[in-house]
Amino acid sequence: MKFAIEVKNLSHSYGNRTVLKNLSFPISMGDFFIIIGPNGSGKTTLMKTISGIEKLQKGQLVILDRPLQNYTRKALAKIIAFVPQMIPVDFPFTVSEVVLMGRSPHLGVLGLEQKKDLEIANQAMTFTGVEHLSKRRLDQLSGGELQRVFITRAICQESQIILLDEPTASLDLAHQVRVMDLMEKLKEEKKIAVVMVSHDVNLAAMYGDCLLLLKEGQIVSMGKPGAVLTYKTLEKAYDCMLLVDESPLGKFPQVTLVPQKLKTPRK
Amino acid sequence: MNLKTPFLIKRLLAVSFLLLLLIFVAMFLGLSLGSTKTGLNEVLKSLLRREDADPVLNTIIWNIRFPRVLLAALVGATLSLGGLVFQALLRNPLAEPYILGISGGAAIGAIIGILMGLSRFPGVSFISFMGSIATLLLILVMSSGQSILKKDSLLLSGVMINAFCSAIIMFLISMTQDYRLHNIIFWLMGDLSMAAIRQTVILTAILFPCYILIFWLSHSMNLLLMGKEMAQTMGVNIKAVTVTLLLTTSFMVSATVSHCGLIGFVGLVMPHLLRLLFGPDHRVLVPACVMGGGAYMVLCDLLARTLPEQGEMPAGVITAIIGAPIFIFLLKRSRQ
Repeated sequence: MKFAIEVKNLSHSYGNRTVLKNLSFPISMGDFFIIIGPNGSGKTTLMKTISGIEKLQKGQLVILDRPLQNYTRKALAKIIAFVPQMIPVDFPFTVSEVVLMGRSPHLGVLGLEQKKDLEIANQAMTFTGVEHLSKRRLDQLSGGELQRVFITRAICQESQIILLDEPTASLDLAHQVRVMDLMEKLKEEKKIAVVMVSHDVNLAAMYGDCLLLLKEGQIVSMGKPGAVLTYKTLEKAYDCMLLVDESPLGKFPQVTLVPQKLKTPRK
Repeated sequence: MNLKTPFLIKRLLAVSFLLLLLIFVAMFLGLSLGSTKTGLNEVLKSLLRREDADPVLNTIIWNIRFPRVLLAALVGATLSLGGLVFQALLRNPLAEPYILGISGGAAIGAIIGILMGLSRFPGVSFISFMGSIATLLLILVMSSGQSILKKDSLLLSGVMINAFCSAIIMFLISMTQDYRLHNIIFWLMGDLSMAAIRQTVILTAILFPCYILIFWLSHSMNLLLMGKEMAQTMGVNIKAVTVTLLLTTSFMVSATVSHCGLIGFVGLVMPHLLRLLFGPDHRVLVPACVMGGGAYMVLCDLLARTLPEQGEMPAGVITAIIGAPIFIFLLKRSRQ
């Protein structure tokens, strides 16, 4: 196995608006791969195309050495799990019921879980530390708990690739770190590929093994955080003034926004 | 959750056993009680050893009450299940089996049939069925292609079709003045009194495959509630599942409504009631709706025909009068 995912000449458009332009890059197995970029840069579309939600229009996607179109939905679900940004809670499922849903690609025709499935669900809940919530209903959880429950569901799916769409977007600081630590631990212990869309460049700098910076559907830069998060590339992608220096924690780049009132006129 | 939690299969069996008992009791009561007073012994004799029983009683039980009880059970089962499926498909707790306008088309068909002076079966039923299928086709054309997966476009089409049909129904009613008006009103309120054994057996044969198909897709319905994106990435072919559920449910609701008119409320409240009792898992709720909904309708119909001193009430009146308070009580209790 060379790569978890290989994207080759991928293009995607909605009507006549092209959102992804001829993208090619690989994602390695065992990497924490973070896609960053401004709003409308095509991050979410890229993620949806990889997960099979959006139809592949142009180009090729190779998942574990097999082209995407050679997978059935169920077979793909055994390899790729997806955690969306918006999580519906209108129907009163309990946490354990939701986590068990992750087993569905592995179930038989009637979709009845066996003892083994319950064990896997229990292990996943222990792994993410949500066992104490197992009997709670979704609508009784906080945003951070909800996010961890849906990550647990993805782990229960036992796929080798987990995709997450901005999992830290609406979380407080403690929960952001918790979710990111969890994904790091998952990557380390299960040797799977974690692919995440994020708006938080500083979190991406600290956790990412490989970053992909997109703008208008094209790659601005890709590589290690130190190489991608430079003043030059970020200014090109985001069109705003930034300060990039080294984080006090070590060898990570740290990005600071510059508010209008502190901007000095450029010479 | 720990491993002591009963497996789903155990829960399914427990719920099924409970509700099966309930529907048997309800059907037994339905067969034993009615305007002709009969002793329990004689009823049992007629049910178990038909040849030894009083032939008049046999006729009452087997030719009059049995088809009606069976029809009531089918109607309750189909409408509850229909409500359950639409609530899941549209991800809307207010959805009910008539929400897409199937009822409107069925009603227009039935009214036309009644105005033409046709017999209740097969005449009115057939035209009514055609009316509901026509509306279903209209909905499919209106929301064809990709947008069938957008729940709101489906919902809005349904609301519009319902409004349009209501206008036509009002118009037809306003033009009718003779005895047929009473027939139309009774049809619109839902009426089980015309049940006959042959049509009820045909209906049974049509409906049971639909129930089985829906049960087969029940886990996909669970996953659909997680949003279509997550459902897809858990291996659900959402388009195939949505279209199959939509067509199957509309078909079985059409077939039922064309026999008994627009019995209201049971399709809205039973899924909620059973969800409050047994949780939101559709693998449990689908059989629960079939049996619980059936039992509920049999009991409501029993009250509708035994409560008044003379004649009978429309069953749709009883379903709401009893169902709404029970539902509110359970809802209040579950919030605490």
